[in-house]
Amino acid sequence: MTEPVDTTPSRWASGVTGIVFPVLVVLAIITAIWYAVCVPMNIHGAVQSAERAGVVVIPEDAKTRREMGGVALALQNTGEISDVWSQDRPRLPAPHQVAVELWKTTVLKKVTSKRSLIYHGWITLSATLLGFAFGTGLGILLAIGIVHSRVMDMSVMPWAIISQTIPIIALAPMIIVVLYSIGVQGIIPKAVISAYLSFFPVVVGMVKGLRSPDAMQLDLLRTYSASKAQGFWKLRLPASMPYLFTSLKIGIAASLVGAIVGELPTGAVSGLGARLLAGSYYGQTVQIWSALFAAAILAACLVAILGVIERVTLKRMGMA
Amino acid sequence: MNTSPVIEARDLNLTFETNDGPVQALKDVNLTINKGDFVSFIGPSGCGKTTFLRVMAALEHPTAGTITVNGMTPDEARRKRAYGYVFQAAGLYPWRTIARNIKLPLEIMGYSRADQDTRVEEVLKLVDLDGFGGKYPWQLSGGMQQRASIARALAFDADILLMDEPFGALDEIVRDHLNEQLLELWARTEKTIAFVTHSIPEAVYLSTKIVVMSPRPGRITDVIESPLPRDRPLDIRDTQAFLDVAHRVREGLRAGHSYD
Repeated sequence: MTEPVDTTPSRWASGVTGIVFPVLVVLAIITAIWYAVCVPMNIHGAVQSAERAGVVVIPEDAKTRREMGGVALALQNTGEISDVWSQDRPRLPAPHQVAVELWKTTVLKKVTSKRSLIYHGWITLSATLLGFAFGTGLGILLAIGIVHSRVMDMSVMPWAIISQTIPIIALAPMIIVVLYSIGVQGIIPKAVISAYLSFFPVVVGMVKGLRSPDAMQLDLLRTYSASKAQGFWKLRLPASMPYLFTSLKIGIAASLVGAIVGELPTGAVSGLGARLLAGSYYGQTVQIWSALFAAAILAACLVAILGVIERVTLKRMGMA
Repeated sequence: MNTSPVIEARDLNLTFETNDGPVQALKDVNLTINKGDFVSFIGPSGCGKTTFLRVMAALEHPTAGTITVNGMTPDEARRKRAYGYVFQAAGLYPWRTIARNIKLPLEIMGYSRADQDTRVEEVLKLVDLDGFGGKYPWQLSGGMQQRASIARALAFDADILLMDEPFGALDEIVRDHLNEQLLELWARTEKTIAFVTHSIPEAVYLSTKIVVMSPRPGRITDVIESPLPRDRPLDIRDTQAFLDVAHRVREGLRAGHSYD
């Protein structure tokens, strides 16, 4: 008999390959679908430019082509399919076009350039962070009030919920106009909209977190004749930390949406929202999509940073 | 032995107002607990044993009758730090080490830093958790966590220990071990202990006085002064004297149920 030899890779390695492979497969599938969808979306444009270049296309009548479905047109003009991924103004830009645009407007542009996504990203990020700070602070204060006062619970909570049922796209222009009329403009109105979106998850999470200690925990403090303040600092606040971080992650994503929405109605000249708007004015779909991706990447980074802070904090508290 | 009364209840009544009408949790309860006693409260759910303990701790207030703790009202006794309370769950804060969990009452009561440290060392030794002060609760077994919670209740020199089914959630092997340790701790510290339990052997093994209670309305049906010696090895549970006491407790519980 020989000892069985452990040929399995270490848990870490198998864990990583076990995750990386499926993730890559999903990514590949999404990309493939995207490339495929480009065909029916862009074939009209590709056929039209081929016709202008003198190529014989089927059917020859432009009006008939316009009324045709993308798939049918592509099947009749297979020679033009390769052009759908390289048009200047496609209806749906291909993934590599967006990637190239992202590369050109971040790495290859000076950050001070008006066409740099880093520049526009920073404009949006600064409003996001300011609004997030406002929103988090307001959310925590409201939650403390709600937990400690029945009157606040009954009076503030319903308004907080109602506030989130109004579409922000309807409210944002009003906030900006009202603030402009009293002389406030620039970063503040955008931050206000960010705060408006981000305070809510913080309130809900913190109320739940501050109320998470059970009756036994509260009775224990009563047997020590602890004051309300001691109960807050020693029990309620530390107990609420995991809830707070969950809320913050939702809140920061909402903040970013708020800042972008805040840039739309003003005809702003800078910020990711302005890039989106300008792109749609001039039919620059590649620009729209690269601004969208920049926003998504920014949001992912912000949530990831919060995730790291969460892990470090909870670990230091002995809670993770 | 000094036998001055530590807890004295006279015609104690407590009625909870619920949506289904009033529920009498305690009816005409009379009891005297003397200094150094180990008193167990045993009875089925709803017999008011936990409620009675909570009245002693001023966590509930009687609707009629009087109760004194160290000659004071329970509220005054609490402010004088007369008792430590141990719940069924250890209830340690997961974000605090064992040592800092034990410091919690000391911080709230305003002990000095140096005093806190020496007291933590002392009580950790008392519950046999020497060297575990720096560990977090999740690093300890359930039995060790409950010992830590007892240490927390002992840290501020209360001479009464109120224990509400402290070992109820633990398995029998661990429970035996902790019962033995609790008796040792009681002998060493000369505290007065009021102990709520569901278990007849636990009540008989631990107590100098066993209070049998029955439900609807919650009341005392029997008070048994244990004839067992104070020094009790675990195998005392096989003696006839032990079985006789256990039998009487069982009889008392049955009598309480007879007109259900």
